[in-house]
Amino acid sequence: MDLNNFLIVSAILFSIGLYGALTKKHLVVIFMCIELMFNAVNLALVGFSKYQNLTLVNLNGHIFVIFIIAVAAAEIALGLAIVMSIYKNKDTIFITEIDSLKK
Amino acid sequence: MEQILWTIFFSPLLSFLILILIFKPFFAKMDRLSSLVSIFAISLSTLLSILVLLDLSINQRVISFNPNEFLVIGSLNFGISFILDELTAVMLVVVTSVSLLVQIFSVGYMSQDKGYIRYFAILSLFTTAMLGLVLASNIIQLFVFWELVGLSSYLLIGFWHHKPAAVSAAKKAFIITRIGDFGLLLAILYLFVQKSIFIENSLNPIMIQDIIFAVNQGYLSDFFVTLFALGLFAGAIGKSAQFPLHTWLPDAMEGPTPVSALIHAATMVAAGVFLVGRFFPVFENSVIAMNTLAITGGVTAMLAALIALSMNDIKKVLAYSTISQLGYMMLALGMGALSASIFHLFTHAFFKALLFLGAGSISHSTGTFDMNKMGGLRKIMPWTYVTFIIGSLSLLGIFPFSGFWSKDEILSGAWSNSGIVSNIAFYLAFITVFITSFYMFRAIYMTFHGEFKGGISKKDLHESPSVMLIPLVILSIASIFIGFIINPIISIGFIPSHWFSDFIGHGGVKSHVNIFSNWFVYGATLISLLAILLAYQIYILKNLLLIKFIDKFTIFRKILINKYYFDYFYEEIIVKKVFLNSLAKGLNWFDTNIVDRVFGAIGWIGLNMGVLLRQIQNGQLQTYGSIVSLGIILIMIFFMFL
Repeated sequence: MDLNNFLIVSAILFSIGLYGALTKKHLVVIFMCIELMFNAVNLALVGFSKYQNLTLVNLNGHIFVIFIIAVAAAEIALGLAIVMSIYKNKDTIFITEIDSLKK
Repeated sequence: MEQILWTIFFSPLLSFLILILIFKPFFAKMDRLSSLVSIFAISLSTLLSILVLLDLSINQRVISFNPNEFLVIGSLNFGISFILDELTAVMLVVVTSVSLLVQIFSVGYMSQDKGYIRYFAILSLFTTAMLGLVLASNIIQLFVFWELVGLSSYLLIGFWHHKPAAVSAAKKAFIITRIGDFGLLLAILYLFVQKSIFIENSLNPIMIQDIIFAVNQGYLSDFFVTLFALGLFAGAIGKSAQFPLHTWLPDAMEGPTPVSALIHAATMVAAGVFLVGRFFPVFENSVIAMNTLAITGGVTAMLAALIALSMNDIKKVLAYSTISQLGYMMLALGMGALSASIFHLFTHAFFKALLFLGAGSISHSTGTFDMNKMGGLRKIMPWTYVTFIIGSLSLLGIFPFSGFWSKDEILSGAWSNSGIVSNIAFYLAFITVFITSFYMFRAIYMTFHGEFKGGISKKDLHESPSVMLIPLVILSIASIFIGFIINPIISIGFIPSHWFSDFIGHGGVKSHVNIFSNWFVYGATLISLLAILLAYQIYILKNLLLIKFIDKFTIFRKILINKYYFDYFYEEIIVKKVFLNSLAKGLNWFDTNIVDRVFGAIGWIGLNMGVLLRQIQNGQLQTYGSIVSLGIILIMIFFMFL
């Protein structure tokens, strides 16, 4: 197992997430895709952390990932609340119809 | 001594600040007190000025003080300091004493005015500026105060800013004097161009004494000296209302009458004469500049006196008379008779202030300046009448009034020079004596003699209050005696003979030959009396023969009433045709067709670029996200492969 394997999986995950985030209409699906991108990054961080230095034990990347997971969870809670209120106000959940910034 | 000079300078400045910053906003009701503050300040200055003059006359010397460093640019040191010489000492006394009397007069004259405090504040500012001007030791400082004098004049002419005529007169005065000031500024800038010559000789190009020293030593080329002198003279033409920039002064009579007395008769217009006097050695080193002075002065004296013949507004008569007398002063300077010129400035300040204040006193009673609506005031206003006569006689130069002595010195100064310019100047000055006498007595007869023809009822006429009469009386006394006292032909008491001439001219006086030895002394008096007689025949006896004779010259009269069409020329030809129609239209065309088109094109490009770019701003979050991702990918490619 070397670092490249981790990174390739991470890149594939990230691309899938990005593709989904840019193409899907449904807000919740977009959130899921964003979550996928987060985890791609997490995977890369863990990989880097593990293969960074073979002599010393360094857990910085691991701790970082735990933080990201915690923050992402909080963010998702917030994001879903926003999605709920958008649905209540606009009666839609499709991102193509939410373009009030332009108006 | 330096502290005294600073006190003279600062005391009216302080009064200005107190009036404008404390009284005007907070104690607007206490207007009497405000004028007291102002009069007290100016009294202090007057007293100290007289002391300075006395001190200087005993110890005859020029004092210059170490400059207080203000600004150093490279090798150029611009320091603020004062210079005290004979000219300054005399000007200090003229400025402060006439200001003092005018302020006292104004207490009565302006008593009903709403802008009372503002009026006294600006008067103080004017006095400050004038004192700064005469005391200035470097040419930049002089220029600053020169402009301040112009500013306070503007404020005072336009004092009644609800009157459109006053506003336009103020603007006219400001703009026309600015044309002359441009010449002065060019002269100053030219000094900087020649800076290296000064620095080589370890002189400072802005210090007045150094400039004069450099000119006297011949460090500077003749060409430079002539140009510099002509530039200075351009400034003097504007400020002293000389031909052809004289048109602002008669219009400036829209201001309150005491202001006319102070600024447009006694002090500010004398600033031009003072400027030439200050740089007199420079002028003396250039024949062209001297001849220009003499001819401009002579022509101005004559033309202005002729216009005064046709004016029906008493203040306008006096205004043209002032221009004419300033012409005399310039003429005397051009003849090299500095002391005669300053002497005339000195005596003129008093008798012309007297005449203007007399006119103010008349209008205070009649409510008009139109002489056609006056007449017969002699019995109602005896004090004003007598003082006005005294002022007039002094102006005409009748023995032994003060004007006689100074005018005679000017005539003898012109007579004693040889050359065609001096001859022309002399005869211009001599003929002007006749015209002066005629117009002054025309004014007196129309105003004080005959029957009252005014619009208001005769009961409302009254003599002015004593606060206005006291300055008139003091000025009358000065107008009678001051000419003889300060420049007596024989020594009287502690005053040596020809004290003033020697004081100003340092003994090297060209004029002041033995008085009464020249024919024109009698000649001038004779033609004055002749002119008075002529005026008497026409305006009192209504001699039909003479009136018919005069009526034959209606064209001449029309030209005079229209002031030689100068205003017409300036407004219609210069302003409307040259500036408005040619210059402004050309620039307008350039602006619309070249400048606007270029910027229009630039704007058009931006606009259409915007139309293109707007297509991608569709409000869709995912489009933006795609573009951001694409950008990141491009950056990544850039760093990976390049």
